[in-house]
Amino acid sequence: MLMKYSEVEPDESTGHLAPDTDTVLFANRVEKTYGNGTRALDEVRLRIQRGDFVSLLGPSGCGKSTLLKMYAGLESPSHGHLRWLGTDAPAKSGLKIAMVFQEATLMPWANVATNVRLPLDLAGVPRAEADARVAKALEPVGLAAFGKAYPRELSGGMQMRASIARALVTEPDVLLMDEPFGALDEFTRNKLDADLRSLWAERLQKLTVVFVTHSIYEAVYLSSRVVMMAARPGRIVADVAIPESVRDDEFRLSDGFAHHCRDLSARLLSASGGDVGH
Amino acid sequence: MKTPLLQNPAVVKIVAPLIVGALLLTIWQVLCIAWKVPIYLVPKPTDIIATLWTDGPGLLRALGVTLKITFLAFFVAAVLGVIAAFLFVQSKLIESSLFPYAILLQVTPVVAIAPLIIIWVKNPTVALVVCATLVALFPIISNTVLGLRSVNPGLLNLFRLNGATRWQTLVRLRIPSALPYFFGGLRISSGLALIGAVVAEFVAGTGGTGAGLAYEILQAGFQINIPRLFAALVLISITGILLFSLMAWLAKISLSHWHESEMS
Ligand SMILES: Nc1ncnc2c1ncn2[C@@H]1O[C@H](COP(=O)(O)OP(=O)(O)OP(=O)(O)O)[C@@H](O)[C@H]1O
Ligand SMILES: [Mg+2]
Repeated sequence: MLMKYSEVEPDESTGHLAPDTDTVLFANRVEKTYGNGTRALDEVRLRIQRGDFVSLLGPSGCGKSTLLKMYAGLESPSHGHLRWLGTDAPAKSGLKIAMVFQEATLMPWANVATNVRLPLDLAGVPRAEADARVAKALEPVGLAAFGKAYPRELSGGMQMRASIARALVTEPDVLLMDEPFGALDEFTRNKLDADLRSLWAERLQKLTVVFVTHSIYEAVYLSSRVVMMAARPGRIVADVAIPESVRDDEFRLSDGFAHHCRDLSARLLSASGGDVGH
Repeated sequence: MKTPLLQNPAVVKIVAPLIVGALLLTIWQVLCIAWKVPIYLVPKPTDIIATLWTDGPGLLRALGVTLKITFLAFFVAAVLGVIAAFLFVQSKLIESSLFPYAILLQVTPVVAIAPLIIIWVKNPTVALVVCATLVALFPIISNTVLGLRSVNPGLLNLFRLNGATRWQTLVRLRIPSALPYFFGGLRISSGLALIGAVVAEFVAGTGGTGAGLAYEILQAGFQINIPRLFAALVLISITGILLFSLMAWLAKISLSHWHESEMS
């Protein structure tokens, strides 16, 4: 059974550009068919407002990474269009977009500080200022003492945190995260989730996060909005708002949390016709 | 009694092959004596060492000539190889149109084209360097191309996302990624440059003061001076091993802080 995407908006298929200061990211009837014929996305329509914390939730292969890469400007749609603050390219919008990939993707030949400094170096930020900002970015991820360490000397979780520091060092407006904590143990993951959440809360109404995950619990804990996708072809099947509340360990035990998790599980089950995760 | 020395991997790496070598040489020596093998067929290791001692100065001068050609050819091959590799990765079109000729270079036996090159190029040293360069060039090209292409796609995306220019991507990403492959190419090519130099000398057969080790081997063969022939061979082998070690050491000091292949 297919659940209709709930958000009702006027069709923008004419594609005319109007500056839109609140809709940070907009995918309008986006389709993606890869060269080998795989239909990764089908008629995806997703409007992400400034300051949203959106989780993309869905089974493997439903096109979450594809959609995220499109928002990053790393892939282009086969049909439909994307908008960044109403413009048709990330660069035109002036948005600072940072992305955390599924793997840490650090440069193995450079130490942590140099890795984190990379976006600043590429942007031509003067060295002294860049170093100060790197130090400031390493602090909250707990790597202040590891600036001189090489990636191979770090644990998987530490590498991931370095890559998060690298994404945050530019003080981005949009943070795209592709299953950043998928490979981590639950303790580390919960801790990093909490840190991420408070970081977002600190920059309230400024930082927009799009977070890909397989975990319903993680999605509910983190998000202001959970967008559920289904595979074959990849499409959006539900868009659920999670009311604002203090997200702490208490929240994980609350009835509200359990309610949302159960609700999403049920929707996921019905959307995939009972067989989740092929 | 404990033998902590033998547990030290660095010592083992040097001592173990030395022991094997000494053992083989001893067997060789004993067999030569036991079967009374004449010196003009197979000289005893002690004969070779004696010849190395007596003919040392002449052979070393010849080795110097061969080494000069080897190093020149190796250097030229490294520079040309890297330039070619950078050209190849610029566009698929350039690579598709030029790569077959690089392969052609590789598969053409140097003995077959050396006579031509020696006729075309007046200066014998230059002719020999050209021959040896042709032999040493291909591994550098193919390895460096492979390296420049085998960039982590995630990192490439990261650079694109941050609006890196082509130049920034090259310097900060492609070149560091290619280094381990480039050093692999250097290691192969150093040996090939030596082989190329010796083979080219064989074909050229130039004597006189500019005679290299190959000429010494030819002469020793004509004069049935087998110990001297072996002595020259020993020098070539030692040179090859030293060249290889030099390249391995270079790779180690430049990569050891990050690349798996060079970590102890
Ligand atoms: N470069 C590509 N070429 C061809 N097909 C691709 C490519 N990238 C992804 N696909 C296909 O598109 C579909 C969606 O892929 P995508 O990586 O977006 O899924 P995902 O939701 O991120 O999955 P996962 O949760 O496993 O990471 C998959 O069926 C995949 O096989
Ligand atoms: Mg994915």
